[in-house]
Amino acid sequence: MIETRHLIKTFQDGDIETKVLKGIDFKAESGEFVAIMGRSGAGKSTLMYQMSLLDEPTSGEITINGRDAHAMSEKEKSQFRLQTFGYVFQDYALLPELSALENVALPLLMQGLSKERAETQAAQALARMGLSHRLGNLPGQLSGGEQQRVSISRAVAHDPAILFADEPTANLDRISSQSVMEIFQELHAKGQTIIMVTHEDEYGTLADRIIHLDDGRIVGAEKR
Amino acid sequence: MFSLLNIRVGWYLALRQIRRSSRWATVLIIFVMLLTFLNLVVVTGILVGLIEGINDSYRTQYVGDVIISSLETKNYIENSPSIISFLTSLPQVDRIAARYVESGVADANYKTRTDPNDKSNSTGAQFAGIDPIAEDRFSNLSRYMLEGEYLAPDDYDKVLVGHQLLSEYSFGDQPGLTTLKGVKVGSKLRITIGSAQREVTVKGVLKSKIGELSVRMFMVDTQFRGLIGRSDYNVAEIAVKLHDGNDPAAFRDFLLNSDIGRFGKIKTFIESIPPGVADIKSTFAMLGNMISSIGLVVASITIFIVIFINALTRRKFIGILKGIGIKGEAIEISYMIQSFFYATCGSAVGLLVLYGVLVPLIAAHPIDFPFSDGILVAPIPDTLARIALLVFSTIIAGYIPARMIVRKNTLDSILGRT
Repeated sequence: MIETRHLIKTFQDGDIETKVLKGIDFKAESGEFVAIMGRSGAGKSTLMYQMSLLDEPTSGEITINGRDAHAMSEKEKSQFRLQTFGYVFQDYALLPELSALENVALPLLMQGLSKERAETQAAQALARMGLSHRLGNLPGQLSGGEQQRVSISRAVAHDPAILFADEPTANLDRISSQSVMEIFQELHAKGQTIIMVTHEDEYGTLADRIIHLDDGRIVGAEKR
Repeated sequence: MFSLLNIRVGWYLALRQIRRSSRWATVLIIFVMLLTFLNLVVVTGILVGLIEGINDSYRTQYVGDVIISSLETKNYIENSPSIISFLTSLPQVDRIAARYVESGVADANYKTRTDPNDKSNSTGAQFAGIDPIAEDRFSNLSRYMLEGEYLAPDDYDKVLVGHQLLSEYSFGDQPGLTTLKGVKVGSKLRITIGSAQREVTVKGVLKSKIGELSVRMFMVDTQFRGLIGRSDYNVAEIAVKLHDGNDPAAFRDFLLNSDIGRFGKIKTFIESIPPGVADIKSTFAMLGNMISSIGLVVASITIFIVIFINALTRRKFIGILKGIGIKGEAIEISYMIQSFFYATCGSAVGLLVLYGVLVPLIAAHPIDFPFSDGILVAPIPDTLARIALLVFSTIIAGYIPARMIVRKNTLDSILGRT
């Protein structure tokens, strides 16, 4: 489903060149739940940004459903992010002036759904996360756990092929974190492909497979 | 860029951003747009209105809609009585004022000046003989009394003096105009017109912003006829006011076709205004447009800064929007819609203030300029054109900063990297 070959990402700051990814070969199959783990600065998030087409690698290949990402135009990448991917960010990344319902409905609208259909579908996605009573609330009126559930609703409302999650529990308390991870397990059980970056062993172990990253290289893999 | 889908998503975003943004910030931006709108319309409107006030005064106080005056070769309009009676029989004509006009000299110190070498306190002036009642009906001349009283039909040897002829009231020394010093209501003057001389008493001082009236002296027409020896009743000016809805130019042409042009010059009030006034009007309009343009640039910069700061502080969210697949164009459109909203709200409030308050208020209480009662000229088509200009420039001013932020790298925006 998604594959990287000898992926390299280098950051240039004046004369200083920092190689963050040093040739990553990675593959995730459809329906798989993969956790990318490693200490801070290991390159986990950078790897996820490359795979999710939010960033451009310095070299190497990314293939998604057989398509070479390098050959895609910016417009195609944007379309891919809209239709094929779902994103859950560490800080929820909800628009503060949009209600929970509107935050979830917005990408559906961009996909061409009518406002009514988009909002119905968004309401259903939020209901699945147990947020039926919070549809009209703004992000500021929600707890961290609720905001993250809104974020997950937004990510999965359109049935994406791959769900990317970047440290989804980092800002949450233990109960909220567990609730988020339960949602991920439920989604996975229904066949959702998930690629999650985390530094918390407790949650990484819930994945089918764990990839350990250190200093920009894969240093280990565990199948569970 | 302007695909239906982008517009729909842009609208969805913009509407919610406007609805949930700080009310005070929204009110402040709309207030800036209101001031810009007023600057655009009112500055030009007042400058043009200043001159329009002269036109208006000319029409209402002096020439009416059409004026017939003596030919260059004559001091009077031949066949005046027949012309007046013809005019009064016409259904288009509301009222007329007929005036005898002659040039002469008014002397104020003729009694005290014993030595012929002493400097005289005299001035050259135009003298007008008027029917006080008909003239007042026509031009409301009595409203412009500065001191003393208006003429009565039975006044004998009494004059009204235009304020510019008196040093006490004039602007000061003006080229070609000598003023009378120490002359007040009740002062005696000796007037000389041709070979005729008469001692008259100043009954009142008249203050008009029409140059011609402010340097005239007025007498009752029956007295004036006797003074200048005009027994044929031929006057020098016939001013005609038409009923509303009649076109002065069409009426002028009608009179010309009626052969009246043989006896006098026929002009509409626009034509009778000195040509320099029209030039000043266009100069003022140009000045107004220049000042308004500066206002427009300032407003555009204001909106640019507002949208830029808004987009900059929301850079992370713009990045997230792009990250989750919302097209950059849709985000840009949302900012353009916000700019459109601010501009149209400011203009709408501006329209209410303009036509609901300023125009009627200034029409009722004209601005007292030294040479005109200034009104606010704001024709609706011009105002709409200015609104279109304001809205257009505001949309552009909103689009540019939004585009600048939207074009930044998506991931840098999300992570807040520079």
